[in-house]
Amino acid sequence: MLTARLAERRGGFNLDVTLEAGRGTTVLVGESGAGKTSILRLIAGLDRPDRGRIAVDDAVYVDTDAGVWRPAWARDIGYVPQDYALFPHLSVRDNVGFGLRSMGLARRVIGSRVTDAIGLLGIAELADRRPGTLSGGQQQRVALARAIVLDPRVLLLDEPMSALDLQTRRTVRAELRALLGRLPCVTIYVTHSPIEALLLGDQVVVLERGRVAQAGSRDDLLRRPRSRFVAELIGTNLFVGRVGRTLAGVTALHTADGDLVIADGPTAPSGDPADIFATVHPNEITLHRERPEGSAQNLFAGPILEVVPETPAGERVRVVLGTTPVLVAEVTRAGVTALGLREGMMVFATFKATGVRLYS
Amino acid sequence: MDAAGTIGLAVAGLALVCLLALPLVSLLVRVPPGALLERWRDPAVVNALRLSLVTSAASTAVVIALGLPAAWFLATTTFPGKRLLEVLIDLPLVLPPTVAGVALLAAFGRAGLAGSTLAALGVHLPFTTLGVIVAQAFVAMPFFIGATRAGLAEVEQRYLDTAATLRTPPGAVFLRVMLPLAMPSLLAGTAMSWARALGEFGATITFAGNMPGITQTMPLAVYIALQSDLDAAVALSVMLLLLSLAVLLVLRLAPLGLPVTVPRAHRPTR
Repeated sequence: MLTARLAERRGGFNLDVTLEAGRGTTVLVGESGAGKTSILRLIAGLDRPDRGRIAVDDAVYVDTDAGVWRPAWARDIGYVPQDYALFPHLSVRDNVGFGLRSMGLARRVIGSRVTDAIGLLGIAELADRRPGTLSGGQQQRVALARAIVLDPRVLLLDEPMSALDLQTRRTVRAELRALLGRLPCVTIYVTHSPIEALLLGDQVVVLERGRVAQAGSRDDLLRRPRSRFVAELIGTNLFVGRVGRTLAGVTALHTADGDLVIADGPTAPSGDPADIFATVHPNEITLHRERPEGSAQNLFAGPILEVVPETPAGERVRVVLGTTPVLVAEVTRAGVTALGLREGMMVFATFKATGVRLYS
Repeated sequence: MDAAGTIGLAVAGLALVCLLALPLVSLLVRVPPGALLERWRDPAVVNALRLSLVTSAASTAVVIALGLPAAWFLATTTFPGKRLLEVLIDLPLVLPPTVAGVALLAAFGRAGLAGSTLAALGVHLPFTTLGVIVAQAFVAMPFFIGATRAGLAEVEQRYLDTAATLRTPPGAVFLRVMLPLAMPSLLAGTAMSWARALGEFGATITFAGNMPGITQTMPLAVYIALQSDLDAAVALSVMLLLLSLAVLLVLRLAPLGLPVTVPRAHRPTR
């Protein structure tokens, strides 16, 4: 179990997070500058926090209040930096055995543990090669082997896919998932990719500008996003507000951007001061060129900001609207053609009260 | 390129060849190999050669022992006045060697600032072989520190960071990562400072004098021979030339087991 409470102020960047990670993979996901790499470096012992405490099981690595500081080399961690940083002057075998040698183990023990590790990662045949002659995917495996051969209690992976091309990434992701699932340690995996976060993370921690925007299981994140950033990450529309009174069978959700009409029996009693979250899936949203008739629907108006065909075949198209708040609609390609949708065009977006999913 | 440019370039190239290569070739063609071999048996020559090898090896060892920690410190630390310190360390590069010799006398001579203290300890530098080594180390030091500092500073922090996360304390990180990665620069610095020590003349003759077998190194022997016998001077020069070339070749071409270029394929995008 890793617990970390970290506060750091550097330049214009403020980091203030509390993390708990148990056995399995915890993914830290966020955009560039969210503080992901800073957190890894603090856990690894490469930087010192202004204030904070880091502990792994019963071992305290940092406690600024108690004046505890354990340097990087005395921590029970494995670290795979973003660019792998394989030592260019050493063979694959010596790279992987580097840490074991520092631990002062017998040559024979080092040899057999290195052989096991490079076998596990399928790079035994590269043992005598120099890192400069390896492909990106092979370098990644060497860096992983070098870290996990130490049997660390905490394994830190910093954007391990970012140095790989797209094709390699797909195969490596599946292999990495299988590998991480077998490791007995706490794994902290940093990425800016929502796909990797949802695919690899048993637990997902969403970071936004140095703070934890949401932390929870993968399912929790998918079903109950709690910030606009998370909603955007998983591609849905989020509203936050308070439930108003029900009048003539119509209930209102008061949000900062106006009222929504909702049908669902609200989970919190009317007038409860706690925030209620509401998601509207993009395919619940209908687009119109003219203001539609009828009134029992939620209506927004605004210009089209983006029209993005979805992979793989572009049959479905995401339309981003400059409404307040910004909405994402998903329509068919035929629909785009029929309505003549293009960027800059003014449109009306509607969704039914039954299309709003509520949770507290 | 136009014709005038081509001609200009050719003329400049030819002039360069004349300036650099012609004197060396002239040295080699002037002495028949037989005469050269004969000189090897001259005890005066053997003494000078041995003295040159011993003192330049010793001064290079001193340079490495004192220069490596300094180079590491300058490569990894910033402090106020660092630029000034670097300029002072480089001073022997531009100082006329005779001035260096006089300065050494002023410091370590019998009447020098530290001279009496050293004498009380039984250490005599002026006009001794030890003095030759000190003079050589004084003038050669900046060559080693300059190249080594640059090499150490170029070692990327990510390698040092990663090594630290692999249970490796700072001293071992230096020995197992920083030093090997900086080794080409370190060897280049060693070669340059050794070459400078081998060729040392001005500071040596000023500080240590010109005593055969004690302080008369090869460059001094060449100069003395020149007073009476040009051919003898040429023969000695050829030996010195061949010796320098051999050591340079060994140091620069030795298989170091290092990659020619350090790959930096994947830079972090943060």
